[in-house]
Amino acid sequence: MIKRTLRHGAQTLRVALRALNRNKMRSFLTALGIIIGVGAVIAMVSIGEGAKRGIESRFASMGTNLLFVSPGSQNQRGVHGGWGSMTTLKEDDALAIGRECPAVLYISPSVSARAQTVYGNKNWNTSISGTGERYPEVRNWEVEFGAYFDEAMVRSAAKVCVLGADVKTNLFEDEDPIGKVVRIKKIPFKVLGVLKKRGDSGGFGSRDDMITIPYTTAMRRLQGIDYIQSVDVRAVSSETLTEAVVQIQDLLRNRHRIAPGAEDDFTVRNMSEIAETAAQATQMMTVLLGSIASISLLVGGIGIMNIMLVSVTERIREIGLRMAVGAREIDILLQFLTEAIVLSLMGGLIGIGFGLGASRLIKKVKMFSAFNTVVSLESVLLAFFFAAAIGIFFGFYPARKASRLDPIEALRYE
Amino acid sequence: MPGNVIELKNLVKTYCVGETEVRALRGVSYNIADGDFLAIMGPSGSGKSSLMNILGCLDRPTSGEYFLDGEEVSTFDKTKLARIRNQKIGFVFQSYNLLSRTTALENTELPLLYSRTNVKDMAERALASLAAVGLKDRAHHKTNQLSGGEQQRVAIARALLNNPTLILADEPTGNLDSTTSSEVMNIFKSLNESKGMTIVMVTHEPDIAAWARTRIYLKDGLIVREERS
Repeated sequence: MIKRTLRHGAQTLRVALRALNRNKMRSFLTALGIIIGVGAVIAMVSIGEGAKRGIESRFASMGTNLLFVSPGSQNQRGVHGGWGSMTTLKEDDALAIGRECPAVLYISPSVSARAQTVYGNKNWNTSISGTGERYPEVRNWEVEFGAYFDEAMVRSAAKVCVLGADVKTNLFEDEDPIGKVVRIKKIPFKVLGVLKKRGDSGGFGSRDDMITIPYTTAMRRLQGIDYIQSVDVRAVSSETLTEAVVQIQDLLRNRHRIAPGAEDDFTVRNMSEIAETAAQATQMMTVLLGSIASISLLVGGIGIMNIMLVSVTERIREIGLRMAVGAREIDILLQFLTEAIVLSLMGGLIGIGFGLGASRLIKKVKMFSAFNTVVSLESVLLAFFFAAAIGIFFGFYPARKASRLDPIEALRYE
Repeated sequence: MPGNVIELKNLVKTYCVGETEVRALRGVSYNIADGDFLAIMGPSGSGKSSLMNILGCLDRPTSGEYFLDGEEVSTFDKTKLARIRNQKIGFVFQSYNLLSRTTALENTELPLLYSRTNVKDMAERALASLAAVGLKDRAHHKTNQLSGGEQQRVAIARALLNNPTLILADEPTGNLDSTTSSEVMNIFKSLNESKGMTIVMVTHEPDIAAWARTRIYLKDGLIVREERS
């Protein structure tokens, strides 16, 4: 029984291939719609997937048991400022979090700005991050050469700095920067070390284009402020993360003397929540790109239906003859359906190659260098099965039309 | 005493053309004996095409009974009729109806594609069939490389393939000149005489009908005359 079905299936396939082979050019043009559709879906989804991976790796490198404490938004007579517009978060708050919350491992207060940096005859505008001495541990970011500044330097607001890899390249090229003096806003800073390169991430610019200095130095010498912009907190482990949030909230409410029931004047944000939001945004982009590309696949399917209808009309006499020599309705239906499916599957296979090539090209071509592309097996399988489904869906109507022909009329058709 | 391959009892076929009813067959009763070579003649509109379609199991009568090889096929559904056409009937058409850009061998094999039996020696049987019409050496020629007479012989080979009970030929020489016509008719004649094949042929040419053993004349949906030679 199974053997007979297989043999019958093989015969149907052979008949379909023979029919397609008789009209090579037309078969190719029909499949072209599917080729372009599948190729576009794979290439577009690979762009979205690339952006998603970039963001994921960026967050993963920071670790998940990271919290950000920032002052709440300023609310003056109903006008809300942005995050961090309040000046209520002080250095002592940050130090207290490190000292009094048992679920917290390290803290690093943060004060940052952009400034012009000069070394010799080169200058570079970059981001100046004021951090605590535990910044490398909190952000999971190693120092490659030299050392990070220590607690004493932070306490004394020393004029020392650590360079990001890009800044080092831009100001020093191949020269050894350690011990040299760079000027930030005309103030001389001694270079202590260079941070390890972290690389680009999904079109958000380089994370190595920055200089870190003690946050005390940033507050007092560069900006002249007495508050900090935020605190980076590393919890003991990811299990104690929620515990750490509660401890920080209790501590800060107490320190800021906020009455029970009143709103916090600060926000504690969880790194993994932020990561999730970002992932959702890129997921949305992937879906959007994919669905736009699917429309071309749909158009390809309509092309198949169109050609199959023409083919049925052209071959009415052939259909009549096949019926006269014993083909049942189901035989004719399966034959034309098989032709449509073979067309769309071949188109799908070529389209996969086309899509892989296109996504590689997007990665290579300089103009698109912001896009990293990642082809996932899921997108390839999805596009392929979608193409097959389109073959069945759009092939069914013409095939049914063929199978419903009256053999007498069909044989007489001119 | 040979039995009857075909028994027709009071066949009626009516068509609806718009509002009006056309009565193509008005009660045809006739028996065709095993091994007969029958020519159906008559002017156009006499109902010979309708009779041919019913005999070929392409159509069903409006009323009446049609027994083919002892089975009452007038009650069969479409799927069963397709099986009967495949197993018991071989068609030969006026315009050959071969697949274009396809070899004679593949054209001959066609009925086997729809035979739901285990056929291992497809090509062998098709070759034997082609040999019976004298075209064995042309087996791998494509349709467009064959002459009209050769194409019609391929069609006959195709009709013979499943060793049918009945061969139905619809104006088989309509597209051929007189020389090739007699070639084709000779094949029919030898199939009938040496193999005892039952052949039913529709034609309007008296000299083609003269090749048959029996001739019936239709007029206005009824058999009006029968001649035996």
